[in-house]
Amino acid sequence: MSASRHHIIAGSLFAFFGVLVPLLNYLGLVADTTLNLWGRYFCFAIVALGMDLIWGFTGILSLCQAFFFCLGGYAIGMHMLLKTGTKGVYGSTLPDFMVWNRIEELPLFWEPFHSLPLTLLLGLLVPGLAALVFGFLVFRSRIKGVYLAIITQALALAMWLLFLRNETMLGGTNGLTDFKTLLGFELAEPATKRGLYVVACAALVGAYYLCRYIVGSKLGKLLVAIRDSEHRLRFIGYHITRYKLFVFVVASALAGLGGMLYVPQTGIITPGRMDVQASIEIVVWTAVGGRGTLVGAIVGAVLVNLLYSFLTGAFPGTWLYFLGALFVGVVLFFPEGVAGIVGRLRRRLVPA
Amino acid sequence: MDNLYVQKLSVSFDGFKALDIDIFEVAQNELRVVIGPNGAGKTTLLDVLCGRARPDVGHAYFKDQDLTKLSEDEIVDLGVGRKFQAPTVFTSLTVADNLMLAVKANRGVFASLFYRLQATERRRIEEVAERTGLEDVLDEVAGTLSHGQKQWLEIAMVILQDPTLFLVDEPAAGMTDEETFRTGEILQGLAEDHALIVIEHDMEFVRQIARKVTVLHEGRILVEGPMEAVQNDPRVIECYLGTAMEREERSAVG
Repeated sequence: MSASRHHIIAGSLFAFFGVLVPLLNYLGLVADTTLNLWGRYFCFAIVALGMDLIWGFTGILSLCQAFFFCLGGYAIGMHMLLKTGTKGVYGSTLPDFMVWNRIEELPLFWEPFHSLPLTLLLGLLVPGLAALVFGFLVFRSRIKGVYLAIITQALALAMWLLFLRNETMLGGTNGLTDFKTLLGFELAEPATKRGLYVVACAALVGAYYLCRYIVGSKLGKLLVAIRDSEHRLRFIGYHITRYKLFVFVVASALAGLGGMLYVPQTGIITPGRMDVQASIEIVVWTAVGGRGTLVGAIVGAVLVNLLYSFLTGAFPGTWLYFLGALFVGVVLFFPEGVAGIVGRLRRRLVPA
Repeated sequence: MDNLYVQKLSVSFDGFKALDIDIFEVAQNELRVVIGPNGAGKTTLLDVLCGRARPDVGHAYFKDQDLTKLSEDEIVDLGVGRKFQAPTVFTSLTVADNLMLAVKANRGVFASLFYRLQATERRRIEEVAERTGLEDVLDEVAGTLSHGQKQWLEIAMVILQDPTLFLVDEPAAGMTDEETFRTGEILQGLAEDHALIVIEHDMEFVRQIARKVTVLHEGRILVEGPMEAVQNDPRVIECYLGTAMEREERSAVG
């Protein structure tokens, strides 16, 4: 596809989802819940883009992306709780859960989250830095393949256990909830919800173009080269660790961004969002959409979550089996995912 | 002094002595062929020279540095290029992109992110592609190339790193006679301005390219000298009798 045609398609999609749909919502033709649901899908799609960079292009199966998503989510959640002020249930300046836990003073690490700009920065920096440190230790030791998948999963599990504890001062099992305002806007207002939806949509477009630039650059070719033959690349004289770190940090910061946009739209963040299964779901989205295509990651995230919404409503008891069957089916019969099927159909219909 | 000088080098795996060399020297712009039966230590020798294996004792001096003390990428920077036995190229990238990655350039993460191919680099890629017979397949995905073309692509990638010493492990393995001959020509062309160490089993190919030959046997240097002398040396014939000889005949027939 030529670059200009690409921009036209991306532009019209944004015009539809980012401008027309909110307008229809304003006029009452699109339900608030639908808008809110799609806004969340866009956040998931941003996470999936990062997953595609690190797994689809670079071949590193990271099973802790949901943890980075939550780091972003918790950051904005902390900010919103602090902004609640004395409007909480107990009328204290401290978040409600701290009052229950008989904490008298705000923990020091909560302080920076009074400021929104600092919160937004930390929502990207904290996941990025966590990925940098953890990635450095793992990639330097040349851990890869299934071992890397296991060790990242272990990290996800360890962090989930850490966040479950009340001593972590992040609300334990119940997480953070009961947010009131963001930037002074009432979160319960439909207009605020619409605004958050538009921001998520715009952020997805931005994230997509960022990933597209990376993938098109020489660095992007290096990532694919790492996937194809890390060994050859090392003997051409590249320091593989640097590139892996870069892609891990970018993927994790994108996950953090997704989390930051997600939590104001759902009004709650709990450690349940970062359990082992949550990270695997991100892998499923990317696989279903089609690895190594970027567009596939977005399509997969939206499609699987649409299906999830439908199935949990229609088959509350057995929906998980459908989702499992979908993943197994894609892996067995359509390893290139939806993007691969579309590509094949297009080649058949429009002979080159 | 760009000679390679290997001194008292010994490598063992689990008590088995894979390599035990007293002295091994390769001059500038020399094409040296190393032959020997399976398990003679040929690949181990290359592994030590490119930093993939560490010797128990011994030194390998190149450009006043001891290769046995350097890491893999430091050795590459010093000018030692390695062509592996099985073709390893980036199968989902085009031939041109494979070559672009091999060109010497600033390899920082952000330098790579904002990298633009320079005209001089493009010319260099085209020149090397021509030298290795890849000029017509530059836009094809490397995974679709024939086995022989993949081998040449890997050789081309090593050339683009501007090595002064070229380590080549069984370049003709699995090639047709025609491809083998073409490979021989490529390597002979390279020997004009590079030092090369070529490991090979295919005797026809060795006869085509060899000037000086080193015969390894059970990790030791058995004989060293011009091809004709080595071929007729009774010790060489003896060590090659048996499986190695039979295999060679089979490959000569096939």
